[in-house]
Amino acid sequence: MTARLLAEITVLVLAGFVGFEVISKVPTTLHTPLMSGTNAIHGIVIVGGMLVAGAAAGGWIGAVLGTIAVIFGTINVVGGFLVTDRMLEMFQGRRPAPRKEEQA
Amino acid sequence: MHVPQVWIDFGYLLAAVCFILGLRFLSSPKTARQGNLVAAAGMLVALAATAVQVTNFTFVIIGVVIGVVVGVAGARFVKMTAMPQMVALFNGVGGGAAALIATSDYLQSAGGQGPGVLIPVVFSAVVGSISFAGSMIAFLKLQEWMTGRPVTYPGQQVVNGLIALAILAIAVYLMVTGSIPPAYIAMVVLALVLGVAFVLPIGGADMPVVISLLNAFTGLAAAATGFVLGNTVLIVAGALVGASGTLLTLLMSRAMGRSIGNVLFSAFGSAPAAGAAAAAGADGGTVRSGTADDVAALLAYARTVVIVPGYGLAVAQAQHAVRELADLLEKRGVEVKYAIHPVAGRMPGHMNVLLAEANVPYEQLKEMDEINPELERTDVALVVGANDTTNPAAKDTPSSPIYGMPIIEVDKAGNVVVLKRSMAAGFAGVDNPLYFNPKTTMLFGDAKKSLSDLVNAVKNV
Repeated sequence: MTARLLAEITVLVLAGFVGFEVISKVPTTLHTPLMSGTNAIHGIVIVGGMLVAGAAAGGWIGAVLGTIAVIFGTINVVGGFLVTDRMLEMFQGRRPAPRKEEQA
Repeated sequence: MHVPQVWIDFGYLLAAVCFILGLRFLSSPKTARQGNLVAAAGMLVALAATAVQVTNFTFVIIGVVIGVVVGVAGARFVKMTAMPQMVALFNGVGGGAAALIATSDYLQSAGGQGPGVLIPVVFSAVVGSISFAGSMIAFLKLQEWMTGRPVTYPGQQVVNGLIALAILAIAVYLMVTGSIPPAYIAMVVLALVLGVAFVLPIGGADMPVVISLLNAFTGLAAAATGFVLGNTVLIVAGALVGASGTLLTLLMSRAMGRSIGNVLFSAFGSAPAAGAAAAAGADGGTVRSGTADDVAALLAYARTVVIVPGYGLAVAQAQHAVRELADLLEKRGVEVKYAIHPVAGRMPGHMNVLLAEANVPYEQLKEMDEINPELERTDVALVVGANDTTNPAAKDTPSSPIYGMPIIEVDKAGNVVVLKRSMAAGFAGVDNPLYFNPKTTMLFGDAKKSLSDLVNAVKNV
């Protein structure tokens, strides 16, 4: 138990350092997509929601709380990544002026 | 379906690597979009590795279907100008999910798991709830469904402090005594109350800091959930987000020249600073208001124009109009640049996103430190819906609440034109002596309307 806990704390601390290191290289221009992208990443809690909602012997409390958690987590993940993609699409420099659907 | 645990763990490792690489790619505009896709792919891997452990799919599928419908609808139909509140909303539901998972774990295991699990359960429940409730208030403020001004009452910080202490007391009590569901529920309710109470006194202009901070909160809550479930990908992802949110929070408050404590606890901008107003008035300044034709002539015959966008640009959705005006001026040989204050708007980098949507070239976007030395040689500074970020009181009036905040020094330019709805103070609630400066011409009205008037007027010059 304590060995596992220690291993998990190690992972937490190291990941925190990696986070600081990687994020500090992101330019100001990209701070909104960065925030929105990391926002989508913490949607990973959906994993917990699935485990709770999907446990056969969860009882009704697990079913209700788990289902709501899955709904919330899915909104977080799907919405987060899509919104970030929409923003970054605009950052990809010059778009070809007329789009295909507009030419038709 | 039975899949060996090793494979599952390997899947989670792969997901964690994808998240880190995705963030790495986000550091350049060229690779940023791929970065987001890599992170999304990592999420898919993590979901697949989780799905094989699920025994009863009914509720999972119900939840995913509802979530996908809401998430896709929200992400596709939101206007670029409404992005900050959308991010706040997505952040809130993430925090809510973490709190729900912790609660379910607590109620089902009856808390009898020892401190190694109980501490993260309580942490995840409390921080997740604060993040959920706080994000909802941030959403309401940004959506302007409630006032964006700080909501204050006497003794507010004391009350908030007491709520926090009560939460801490219940948490300790739960650790010592083991399972007491009513006490646990009370703690979660108090955490929700604290989330609301904590964001209420923070004004709209400070929202970039709050959203970053709540983002970090949700990340940490997710990491705590990882401890509860013994799941490393949650820990890694949560720690990454926690680090990134913390870093952005610090960067934002530094950009405002204030400490993080000052941003969160000073109810900044609640009382319009009468002193500054009186001072500006006493200087004998009067406000000079011009017509679109006056301003168009000024712009058309300038050599250099610096456009300073602010939240007003987002509210009026005037990013395309401003681009049109800039194009027109460039055709006449005017050099046009944009000066972006680090906290302009309601989200870090908010203005960059809006101007990118209007296809403004990067090279024209200048950061504050880069543009300030150039403003002395600038003929016209065109301020579009920015207020506090251009307020000279931040430099020369020590009594001003925003004294010390770095600003875009538009008062150094040859002429200043301010597009503004009315003389109302900015979100900080501080009067702006810039408007009484003899060099300044005010053009009142909705920014989009004013800009299209200017476009027409410049065409006729």
